[in-house]
Amino acid sequence: MNTEDLARIIAADIPAGAYVNLGIGQPTTIARYLKPDSGVTLHTENGMLGMGEVVPAEEADWDLTNAGKQPVTELPGAAYFHHADSFAMMRGGHLDVCVMGAFQVAAGGDLANWHTGAPDAIPAVGGAMDLAAGAKEVWVMMTLFTKKGEPKLVPSCTYPLTGKACVTRVYTDVATFHLGPSGVRVVATDGITFDQLTTRLDVPLIQA
Amino acid sequence: MKTEVTDPVTAVKEIKDGDTVLVGGFGMAGMPVELIDALIEHGAGDLTIVSNNAGNGDTGLAALIAAGRVRKMVCSFPRQADSWHFDAAYRAGTIELELVPQGNLAERMRAAGAGIGAFYCPTGVGTPIAEGRETRVIDGREYVLEHPIRGDVALIRAHVADRLGNLVYRKTARNFGPVMATAATLTIAQVSRIVEVGELDPEAVVTPSIYVNRLVEVAA
Repeated sequence: MNTEDLARIIAADIPAGAYVNLGIGQPTTIARYLKPDSGVTLHTENGMLGMGEVVPAEEADWDLTNAGKQPVTELPGAAYFHHADSFAMMRGGHLDVCVMGAFQVAAGGDLANWHTGAPDAIPAVGGAMDLAAGAKEVWVMMTLFTKKGEPKLVPSCTYPLTGKACVTRVYTDVATFHLGPSGVRVVATDGITFDQLTTRLDVPLIQA
Repeated sequence: MKTEVTDPVTAVKEIKDGDTVLVGGFGMAGMPVELIDALIEHGAGDLTIVSNNAGNGDTGLAALIAAGRVRKMVCSFPRQADSWHFDAAYRAGTIELELVPQGNLAERMRAAGAGIGAFYCPTGVGTPIAEGRETRVIDGREYVLEHPIRGDVALIRAHVADRLGNLVYRKTARNFGPVMATAATLTIAQVSRIVEVGELDPEAVVTPSIYVNRLVEVAA
């Protein structure tokens, strides 16, 4: 399925009334599919609760941006706060869900999404490690395979870690996985069978 | 000490070669562009800059980097589509990078401003950021020891100030301003408007005047 369809599925799984942080890139699209009556409040790490939608440049107020520095709107009931408060909110366990992209997720929930480890790469971490350490639930939205066909759900990450044992769900274009103490459960598939998944992934899978 | 209302060039005149300067802003939101322009004109170099990003486009912090005044960047997210001046300096080996997770950057400055010696933080446990660092298990959870980040100077942008130096901010341009204001020996705030004492609602003040040494009015 495409990014939009995946975003719609993730949006539907976010509990009503949750406080949620959507990472930059693909997870930002989830906001479009949150139902207005769900009571979900979006947190943006640069210091706001009650963030609205991304707006085009001609409507921009450049004092009002999301974590990806795109101009956004403020919803009724919004609140602003400084950076130390914004990250205290995460670390203090007040944020219900965050959704981030990933290079790799390990079966045990380790997350790698900030650095490829390539010697010529300029690393940038932003708030990813803080979110991984702080949010009650860390969900990942990604393609299951790289462009070369290598799995991104792996026994252990080869890229530098963002956080250890933090990911609870992995939403991908072909399957959704729940990670927990009993292992990796496949809860949904799209265009791929459970058997095909067990062949292509080097991770023990449990059929839901 | 009484807050001084002045112009950008006078405000930054004591910044010395080798100083650590905290620069407010998340991207360009809250970036004190005119104070940085004054710093470029003033000429201090070999600076350590603490800021969330490493310059966007060609103005503000990006211009300071382009002018070759920055020896070291302490930041969380240097690499962006429009961070070409930092990228060039980094690849040329003329600028050093200390990468700090965003929340640690904020909390380490908060600690400096609040007189905290160091603190245990769960962010980055098990990652390369924590390698070789002191850790401690508290109530079954592992934490990394984090030290304060202090500035010689903080350059921040707020929205409105009164003549005492009380500050209010505007929307997400608040970001690092209130924390940086507490963490530097000399805090210089650029604001769009300065009003008389008594005109700001005391309940709405975000940065109390005690943290602000100099004020510069730059119409938005």
